[in-house]
Amino acid sequence: MTYLHSINDCVIRFANINGSGSASANNLFARAVFRMGVPVSPKNIFPSNIQGLPTWYEVRVNEQGYLGRRGDYDLVVAVNGKTLQQDFTGLAPGGYFLFDSSQPLPEMLQRNDVRVIGIPMTLLCNEHVENPRLRPLLRNILYVGALAFLLDMELPVFKDALTSQFGTKDSLAATNIRILELGYTHAREHHPETCHLAVHRRDRTGEAIIMDGNTATALGALYGGATVVGWYPITPATSIIEAFGRAVEQYRREADTGRFTAAIVQAEDELAAIGIVIGAAWNGARAFTATSGPGVSLMAEFLGLAYFAEIPAVLINVQRAGPSTGMPTRTQQSDLLACAYASHGDTKNPLLLPADPDECFTMTAEAFDLADRLQTPVIVLSDLDLGMNDHLCAPLTWDDERPYDRGKVLDAEQLDALTVPWGRYLDVDGDGICYRTYPGTHPTKGAYFTRGTSRNEYSAYSEDSATYQRNMERLLLKWETAKSLMPRPAITIHDPAARLGALFYGTTSAAAVEVLDGLRARGLPINTLRLRAFPFQQEVLDFIAQHELVLVIEQNRDGQMRTLLINELNLEAGKLVAITCFDGLPVASRALARTLEAALSERGLMPPSSLSEQGDVS
Amino acid sequence: MTFSRPTFRHPDLPPNSAGFLRQDYEGAVSTLCAGCGHDSISNAIIQACFELALPPHRIVKISGIGCSSKTPAYYLGRSHGFNSVHGRMPAVATGANMANRDLIYLGVSGDGDTASIGMGQFVHAVRRNLHMLYIVMNNGCYGLTKGQYSATADKGSRSRKGGVNPLESIDLCELAIQLGAGFVARSFSGDKQQLVPLLKAGLSHSGLSFIDVISPCVTFNNNPESTKSYHWVREHSEATNTFDFVPFRQTITTEYPDGTTKAVTLHDNSTIYLHKPPEGADVTDRRQAIDNLEDHKDKGVVLTGVLYINPESADTHEILHTTTRALNSLTRTDLCPGSAALEAINARYR
Repeated sequence: MTYLHSINDCVIRFANINGSGSASANNLFARAVFRMGVPVSPKNIFPSNIQGLPTWYEVRVNEQGYLGRRGDYDLVVAVNGKTLQQDFTGLAPGGYFLFDSSQPLPEMLQRNDVRVIGIPMTLLCNEHVENPRLRPLLRNILYVGALAFLLDMELPVFKDALTSQFGTKDSLAATNIRILELGYTHAREHHPETCHLAVHRRDRTGEAIIMDGNTATALGALYGGATVVGWYPITPATSIIEAFGRAVEQYRREADTGRFTAAIVQAEDELAAIGIVIGAAWNGARAFTATSGPGVSLMAEFLGLAYFAEIPAVLINVQRAGPSTGMPTRTQQSDLLACAYASHGDTKNPLLLPADPDECFTMTAEAFDLADRLQTPVIVLSDLDLGMNDHLCAPLTWDDERPYDRGKVLDAEQLDALTVPWGRYLDVDGDGICYRTYPGTHPTKGAYFTRGTSRNEYSAYSEDSATYQRNMERLLLKWETAKSLMPRPAITIHDPAARLGALFYGTTSAAAVEVLDGLRARGLPINTLRLRAFPFQQEVLDFIAQHELVLVIEQNRDGQMRTLLINELNLEAGKLVAITCFDGLPVASRALARTLEAALSERGLMPPSSLSEQGDVS
Repeated sequence: MTFSRPTFRHPDLPPNSAGFLRQDYEGAVSTLCAGCGHDSISNAIIQACFELALPPHRIVKISGIGCSSKTPAYYLGRSHGFNSVHGRMPAVATGANMANRDLIYLGVSGDGDTASIGMGQFVHAVRRNLHMLYIVMNNGCYGLTKGQYSATADKGSRSRKGGVNPLESIDLCELAIQLGAGFVARSFSGDKQQLVPLLKAGLSHSGLSFIDVISPCVTFNNNPESTKSYHWVREHSEATNTFDFVPFRQTITTEYPDGTTKAVTLHDNSTIYLHKPPEGADVTDRRQAIDNLEDHKDKGVVLTGVLYINPESADTHEILHTTTRALNSLTRTDLCPGSAALEAINARYR
């Protein structure tokens, strides 16, 4: 039997019980890989529960920089007795099964195509850790130490990480390091020459950082000048607000008074959360909320008000698997249509589609400019995978000369200088965007009545059909203006003569690029377009027109982006092929490859020789 | 009823201490039914703001949906107004107040808007102790959808069509007291003498002031068997006490005999003098204030006036410890940590 062997190309899966402190130990492992200069991507696959249910953590190591989830695993650290069988059976042929041999492996677990590595983790911890309460936590550190040996990694990198986590003075650091070394030494003594997977130092991460999207989003809001937050707790969006709160404590405390230059209001529900945002933005503050699908449903009525009354708002939707409560701790891109057309009546909302934490940062900051400029809600569509998992990305950058674009707002002086009567909904520039005023600006000028009912150009109530229609058409003109302001798509033309194009967005991108690179290597070039915003610009239409067939790859059942493209660009439906992954887990490249190849084969588009057995032993 | 209002005003009408004329506080012509209680409240609001000499453009009017929520168009035409979503005035007011703490917030709602669809919002705005005056124009029915009972309609009250309300009513004032509002009052749209000073006191209180104004719906709920009719309220109401509201700029000229009058000083140094009958409840005591309401309810009497007052309470900004500057006045220099700080942040994620 040959066992899997590779350098800097493997997937390690950790099977734990949630609430046992495993995520931070597993993250320590991932960060050590990163600090050795090797691209890495951790995925926490956790239950909707606080303590006691199975949880998994997958770390993909890939020197080439393919950092989407791969889907299978080469080594499993199986320390959850309840999922032992599942973790054993699911292991790739030739893989390694590392388990806590304090208890014997159940006899039913028999495979002759995997290598079983037993380390008595619990017994070792009982022996070497005095405080019983610390033992379960340190057991996690112990297996990280063992892994460091098995994968031929640099132990000092782990020690440094623990030291910087706990500080040099803390005795916890010393205890952690002692147990880390214990795991390393035990593996060296009992399992030399056992594992042929290795992680070796490279220089492939450059200036990159490793950060979760929610932290980056919170920083985007901080840098974008947000001062008012209305929110209601919901997984997976809550950590945006928590991170924003920490950022406010650090960067928004007035030196002289100790007071904060931001108000974070935990509301009674999502209706109030978005209401707070709209009230604040109407009154001239930059405001945002962060939520997920169920929250967006509740916010829909208010979003329509903001669309129609033309009030800026920034909403971050960290999508999770729906419908309804669905799988609240799993990821999906299934709120696309609900957000694009949120609210009743003819409503459309600009969307931003970040694909990594760097874009979470820039797009969130940009969302405030866009909302102010367009006087409408702007929705940033993140997802659980992007928001809650660490991703490798370019370092965050900020141009200190960059002004905040507060859009068309008249101050007292400008109101005094007007030679014609001001109308809140009067389009004087021909771009569909009108001038607004903040309350309290001028003693006698610029006051108006904001409402969700139809009104004329001077904000007076009107049920006149022509007036109503004129206003609705102006909003469409504004929609056209939005196209020129939104981020452009990222287009890669591998072959100008390619018949096929592929279109994707957000967290689908990493796996999609990997799979399409694979197909290109096998003689099938497919050009790509990564959508970064809605409404769609002319480039998107041109790209689709340029290809015979366009694959739309996304994470929902119904092919929502495909629907949106067909609807908005008036396309012939047959031209777009839906390639969907919607099991709630981050898209797995090997599964995506199979789906894609099947779709292409069905249409006779796969090169004949290239139907490989990819996905088996590599 | 829409009618055209004469623009002529008596030339000798004096301006207030800030130099504004009463007409500077007026708004568009009302489109409510003739005789609607809400129009009287609108007038009382104009009078209260005029007498307090508030700069009209520093007032912000926010409402939900319904007949009551339409009224902000009918007063304070120089103020920004926001007629928002049904039941959601408190959230919009919260956001607006967070954005600029220097303005005066007037929230206007109805009994359906507050006690049914907006109950959650009402309750939590009170809990947050948002610095605003929250007025409910309470007619016990949904006027704009033709007279269905609302949640403040009294059990056993009979509508114009003869139907009896079988459900228990919600007492918004009692709730507001329980939830920590610092100023809670009830009045009647037909009693301007009481309503105007109550509004002035409410506008001067720091934190959430709640005033429930019974305001008969002349079209759908003004039959004599309705407990929200002009007739019934006039026959069955009783004031907690008489009181005087003295704005802080004014010198106190009246002498009050000891023992029956209690002075409550608000944060802006305005003072409310409560003249309590010897056997009356102390409205600065929360427990007594609630008992007082319940006792009168048992007797079938609507208690009006100042129901509860406690000027010592931290408002939302104090609770959140936000800057004393208006958040909407802060610029990029105030808010953005800059590229050097971002470099340091990046370093933490390597």
